[in-house]
Amino acid sequence: MKDKLVAIAGFYIDGFRQMRLGRTLWAIILIKLFIMFAILRLFFFPDPLGGKSDAERADFIIENLTEKP
Amino acid sequence: MNDFMQTVDWSRAQFALTAIYHWLFVPLTLGLGFICAIMETVYYRTGDEFWKRTTKFWLRLFGINFAIGIATGLILEFEFGTNWSNYSHFVGDIFGAPLAIEGIMAFFLEATFVAVVFFGWNKVSKGFHLASTWLTAIGANLSALWILVANAWMQYPVGCTFNLETVRNEMTSFWDVLFSPVAVNKFTHTVTSSFVLAAVFVIGVSAWYLLKGREEKMAKKSIAIASVFGLIFSLVTAFSGDRSGAIIAEVQPMKLAAMEGLYDGEEGAGLTVIGILRPESERSSNDAAFYFKLGIPKLLSIMSYRDAEAYVAGINDLVNGNPAYGIMSAEEKIERGRKAVEELARYRDAKRNGDQAAIDEITAEFDPSTPEGEEFLREYFAYFGYGYLDSPSDIVPDVPLTFYMFRIMVGLGAFFILLFAVFLWLSYKDRLERYRWILWIAIFSVPLAYLAGQAGWCIAEVGRQPWVIQDLMPTSIAASRIGSGAVITTFFLFLALFSILLAAELRIMFKQIALGPDKEK
Repeated sequence: MKDKLVAIAGFYIDGFRQMRLGRTLWAIILIKLFIMFAILRLFFFPDPLGGKSDAERADFIIENLTEKP
Repeated sequence: MNDFMQTVDWSRAQFALTAIYHWLFVPLTLGLGFICAIMETVYYRTGDEFWKRTTKFWLRLFGINFAIGIATGLILEFEFGTNWSNYSHFVGDIFGAPLAIEGIMAFFLEATFVAVVFFGWNKVSKGFHLASTWLTAIGANLSALWILVANAWMQYPVGCTFNLETVRNEMTSFWDVLFSPVAVNKFTHTVTSSFVLAAVFVIGVSAWYLLKGREEKMAKKSIAIASVFGLIFSLVTAFSGDRSGAIIAEVQPMKLAAMEGLYDGEEGAGLTVIGILRPESERSSNDAAFYFKLGIPKLLSIMSYRDAEAYVAGINDLVNGNPAYGIMSAEEKIERGRKAVEELARYRDAKRNGDQAAIDEITAEFDPSTPEGEEFLREYFAYFGYGYLDSPSDIVPDVPLTFYMFRIMVGLGAFFILLFAVFLWLSYKDRLERYRWILWIAIFSVPLAYLAGQAGWCIAEVGRQPWVIQDLMPTSIAASRIGSGAVITTFFLFLALFSILLAAELRIMFKQIALGPDKEK
C-alpha cells in the first residue's frame, strides 16, 4: 500500500518536473484561481444569505418576494 | 430607472458576459477530448507511432483549452449567490444537487485522469492510458450533463413542490428532473453541437497545415477523422434541434413564436427561412411584422406538432389569449399569479403577527397532498411569476434577437453538414490540396462554429425572458437587492479578466499550432 502511494506521488512529481508548456498553463491556472478566490470571492461576492439560519433565510426571501424594491 | 432596475440590468449583463466567455472555452473541451480518444484508439490498435504523435499534438491543444477554461464556471456559481440570491434560495436543492454532483464528478474524474493523460505516456500501460483519455472526455461531458440538467429545469420546472415554510422549491423526483424531455434534449443538442465545433476546429487547423505544406499526413488523417466525427454529430445536432422545436412548442410556446416572428397563430403555419423584421412599433400582426420574408409552407406546424395542419400559437394569442384553442390570456395569468403572491404576503403577515389560524389556513392552500392544495397550486401558484408582471406584453421576449440568432444557428448548422460532407469526400479522393479555397473556408469556419454555439445559447436564454424559472419567477424578482455600483464594477473586472484569459489562450494556441507536433514549448 505504502509502495503504491509512493509510486503515485512519484508519478505526479515526475510529471510536473518534466512539464514544459504545462508550467505556463499551471501558472495561468494558479493566478486565475488566486484572482477568483482571494480577490473576487472575498471582496466582490458577499453572500446576502450568509450567516443566516434557515428560518431567517426564509423570512428574508419572503420579504423580497412580497415587497416591491 | 431606479437603482434596483439598474442592478437587475447589470446583473443580467454580467451573467451574460460570464456565460458567453465560459462557452468560448467549454465546447472545444467537450468535443476534442473524444477526437483525441478516437485517435489514441487507432494508435492502440495499430501500434503505429504516427498516431501517438498525432494524438499527443491534439491533446496538447486540448490541454491548453482545458487549463485556460478550467474554473471559469465558478464565477457563474459565485454570481448565483451574490447577484441572484432570491433565485438561489427559491430553487433550493433542485439547482444545488446537480451542481454539487457536477463539482464532485469534475474533480474526481477529470482531475484524476487528466494527470494520467498528460503525465502517463510510457509510464502506464497503453490500455490504461487509452482508458484515461476516454474517461477524461466522458468526465468533461458528464460535468456538462449536470449543469445542463439544472438549466433545463429552469426552462421546464418539473419534479418539485413548493415548501411554503422554507420558501423553496424542493425536489420530489430526481429522475423527473434528470430525464425531463427538455433536459435530455438540451444535453444531446448542446453536447453534440460542441462535438461539431471541435470537428470544425480540427479541420480548420489541419487545413492551415495543408496550406502551409507542413505535416501533410497528420493533417489529412486528422481531417478524415474529424469530417466523419463532425458529419455524424452535425446530423445528430440537426435531429435534436428538430426535437427541440417540438418540445419548445409544448413548454415554451412564446419562445417558439419569437423565434419565428409569428404574431398571429395559424393552422398549417409556415417556417420562415429568411426575413427582415419591421421595428417593434409596427409589428402588430403577421402581415405587418416583416419587410419581406421567404418561408416554407406548413413546415412550422410539422416541426412543432408533426402535423401539417396543426395550430401554432402566435405572440398575440399568447398575450391576449385565444379561447378557441384553449390559450389563457396573460391578463388572466397575471391575476392568478397576483393571488398566489398575495397569499404568500398574507402568510408573511400571519407569521409576523403570530396568527396561527391564518398560518394553518394558508399552509393548507399550499399543501399538494390535499385536493384544495392541489387545486390552488395548479390554478394559482403555477402562475406565481406572472404576479410580478406589470402588463401582459411583459411576457414577450426580444423578438429580433431571438429571430435572427435562430437563423444564424440553423444556417451555420446546415453549412457545417455541407462542410463535413465536402471534406469527407475530398479526403476519400485524396484531393484536399487541390482546392485551396476550400481549405481557407475551413479556417474561417472555426470562429463561425463558436458563433453558432453562442447563437444557440442566445435563443435559449433570451427567448425565455422574462422568466428565470419558466412561469414561476421573472428575472427581475430573482435578482439580489444589492447596489448597482458593485455589479457594474465587477462587470468590468470580469470583462478584463476573461479578455486576458481569452487572449492568453489564443496566443498560446496559435504558438503551439505554429510550432507543430514535435516542438512543444
